[in-house]
Amino acid sequence: MPTVTLTVNGRSVTADVDSRTLLVQMLRETLHLTGTHVGCDTSQCGACVVHVDGKAVKSCTTLAVQCEGATVVTIEGLAQDGKLHPMQEAFREHHGLQCGFCTPGMIMSAVDIVNRKGIVDEATIREELEGNICRCTGYHNIVRAVEAGAKAMVSGTPVRQAAE
Amino acid sequence: MTVTAIGAAVRRKEDHRFITGKGQYTDDINRPGQTHAYFLRSPHAHANLKKIDLSKAKHMPGVVAIYTGDDVAADKIGGLICGWMIHSKDGTPMRAGPHPILAQGKVRYVGDHVAVVIAETLSQAKDAAEAIVVDYEVLPAVVEAGKAQAKGAPQVHTEAPANTVYDWHIGDKAATEAAFKAAKHVTKLDIVNNRLVPNAMEPRAAIGEYDAGNDALTLYTTSQNPHVARLVLSAFIGIAPEHKLRVIAPDVGGGFGSKIFIYAEETVCVWAARKCGRPVKWTADRTEEFLCVAHGRDHVTRAELAIDADGKITGLRAKTIANMGAYLSTFASSVPTYLYATLLSGQYAIPNIYAEVDAVYTNTAPVDAYRGAGRPEATFVVERLVEAAAREIGMDPAAFRRRNFITKFPHQTPVIMTYDCGDYKASLAKAMEMADVKGFGKRRREAARRGKLRGLGYSTYIEACGIAPSQAVGSLGAGVGLWESAEVRVNPVGTVEILTGSHSHGQGHETTFAQLVSSRLGISIDNVSIVHGDTDKVQFGMGTYGSRSGAVGMSAISKALDKIEAKAKKVAAHVLEAAEADIDFKDGKFTVKGTDKSVDFGTVALNAYIAHKFNPQELEPGLKEGSFYDPTNFTFPAGCHICEIEVDQETGVARIVKWTAVDDFGNVINPMIVEGQVHGGIAQGVGQALLEGTVYTADGQLVTASYMDYAMPRAHDLPSFEVGMTVTPCPSNPLGIKGCGEAGAIAAPAAVINALTDALGTEDVPMPATPQALWSVIAKQSKAAIAAE
Repeated sequence: MPTVTLTVNGRSVTADVDSRTLLVQMLRETLHLTGTHVGCDTSQCGACVVHVDGKAVKSCTTLAVQCEGATVVTIEGLAQDGKLHPMQEAFREHHGLQCGFCTPGMIMSAVDIVNRKGIVDEATIREELEGNICRCTGYHNIVRAVEAGAKAMVSGTPVRQAAE
Repeated sequence: MTVTAIGAAVRRKEDHRFITGKGQYTDDINRPGQTHAYFLRSPHAHANLKKIDLSKAKHMPGVVAIYTGDDVAADKIGGLICGWMIHSKDGTPMRAGPHPILAQGKVRYVGDHVAVVIAETLSQAKDAAEAIVVDYEVLPAVVEAGKAQAKGAPQVHTEAPANTVYDWHIGDKAATEAAFKAAKHVTKLDIVNNRLVPNAMEPRAAIGEYDAGNDALTLYTTSQNPHVARLVLSAFIGIAPEHKLRVIAPDVGGGFGSKIFIYAEETVCVWAARKCGRPVKWTADRTEEFLCVAHGRDHVTRAELAIDADGKITGLRAKTIANMGAYLSTFASSVPTYLYATLLSGQYAIPNIYAEVDAVYTNTAPVDAYRGAGRPEATFVVERLVEAAAREIGMDPAAFRRRNFITKFPHQTPVIMTYDCGDYKASLAKAMEMADVKGFGKRRREAARRGKLRGLGYSTYIEACGIAPSQAVGSLGAGVGLWESAEVRVNPVGTVEILTGSHSHGQGHETTFAQLVSSRLGISIDNVSIVHGDTDKVQFGMGTYGSRSGAVGMSAISKALDKIEAKAKKVAAHVLEAAEADIDFKDGKFTVKGTDKSVDFGTVALNAYIAHKFNPQELEPGLKEGSFYDPTNFTFPAGCHICEIEVDQETGVARIVKWTAVDDFGNVINPMIVEGQVHGGIAQGVGQALLEGTVYTADGQLVTASYMDYAMPRAHDLPSFEVGMTVTPCPSNPLGIKGCGEAGAIAAPAAVINALTDALGTEDVPMPATPQALWSVIAKQSKAAIAAE
């Protein structure tokens, strides 16, 4: 069994995994970080999006062994020092979630969009969210949330003020 | 302390755990000593099971047990049931075939459950399933509703000759025929309502666990109604008596109806847990969900509308064939009958209606209620007919609707329903203004200059929510009552726990229900917790579907709060040393009339438990009350959705350029949550209209079995929505609530297709109107135009 060492949410972890173990399985089953979800088996839905070395990836088509030495951030690692990330705040403030199942992947994708593109308009957000499916919200409020979250991330102002 | 009013768009209490990854869905749960189940599924749509050879698989690494239908039969475990009895025209009961939890002798659709492998790891279970050798005798299959009754069609169940589960009817046939004979104009449409896969983002999952010490079982499962699951598993399937079976539905990642039903997989998990003495976990992958979750819709309909010389509708008739799939799912029989045909009056005063429904078996996945359940199918028929009829008689579609709207309430339709209230003209007028219908002609001409075909489509829908009362649904064949329960437990410190029999899987009950309690008791919503989804905590309930949690579930809470308030007043009277009749309760304070003496809710709660101030012979200590609330009628949300759409003539790609929704949900507790429900519903309805179609090959292979083949609406497929409301409070429940969960999914398909038929100038637009389908329509029209020249 190969041994994999990663930094997950700032903590160094080493685990022996079956060589066919996917990153999402390692996160959920070995590290008990169950915020990252599996919604499909074809990498279409995006419920499993995490950041690997600062980039959004679908952890359901990434082998754990491919991530040797990588830095992984999951939804559990997004809030810092007990303070929610502005994108998390924005999803709550703008009702960008209902059942919450796609939400972690959606938030991780949204943070990645802003990291790459800064403040984004509605058309760009809709295009960039192509890899994430939500069945509850109709995306309307997710788009609003990402707009507000982007402004808050870029300007550093809290979401509640940015939203007004 | 902040009190949250009814009507405030307060942010959701439950969100913190979801946005931080701390939600707990069934697959997030693991039990000590847990094993993993994997189902070997039929690769054939129809076959006799001649032999299942487990000899090699049994000895594969990690295998704990393998079970087949023979083991189920040996343990005398019953099959899945359908809980709503429908009778055919001649009075005979519906003809349901057996539905074993693991196939016995025969498989009837691709994905049917042949065997279950239980192993230490999922990978080992899958490896062992590969080693099972099954000798199938493949039989011819039938998949289309329209072909199921044909002479010589393959028989799915011997119990149902001609594959007909029932042939049912409603309404006055002779009077309707007379109306059609006398009509000035008759509009006829052939309508296919495409089969959908609900696709909640969380795939179904289950863990069965056996406690040998107490001979008790626990099932963790993705359920919208855990109590009914326990009832069915206990009373009909024989897994364990109710008091020995606990069903827990933790956070559930969407349901849309698909998680109401009792499925083979969860039943097998809980049965197998006892059999092999270890927890058994199963989680569907997406393809398994496509194959085996209960699908929705799948109607083939001939519909006609009779109109007199004044443009008044005088009659409607419909003949529908409903595809039920290979087995009758839990509530399948009610969907194309009492949930469908009873709404064929739409928002219109139609004096004569007659509908016939044949429910047929085919070699496809079972079909059951999906968001709206029967109501979307009815609305699609009515709103397509009305739009087409208006065009045919040369009337503006909005004016034609107005001429035929019901304007006096209560209104008795010819198909059972008594609409209690509504103002259909108001919602149409508001939607037309918000959509700027007046400016549409200009926008259409501008689009034409860009080579685009622009259309405008209306859908003035109605639905029947909060299915009730128990007596009425019982007389229509329902096997369960449709009330709801609530218990209000006030803790000694004045915080409150609400135990409800409804269930939240995304609807935000923890917030909305707390809002009701906050406003009634004058306490912060942070001091209210909502308990649901656990049969060991909540005594009984009917779960969440059909937009019943507000109208029925919250009304039960309201009734229990009435009792809490009454008893708390008695306690307050003792604390304040005043007569009970002199106690007022407002804004969280009990006061003595005409004095400045007062005591807050928390102090009264504490005194109820200390019980020093009153004689326990006269007043019981404690503050806890319950209610079982059975409504007096369905509720009837209604509204008007307007879709404006543009079609690219070159590619057939349709883009929705504007969506306007004006809904009447009665009183609204939390408008933010209600609007969110509307958005989600529209997206699912637009998905049905433009993208989603379940495709089986003629021999029963499901070719749309993943997100690569079944098009789900993504962010760029949809516009932002303009949402407005009108309010006529519902008279049949204490809160005036109607329900909002299904509105969008009911309204949207007709709005989209009506907009497309307007854009393309033909009624011949199929659903889903994919680019290829629309391109074909445009190409056909061009050919016809050339030929005509």
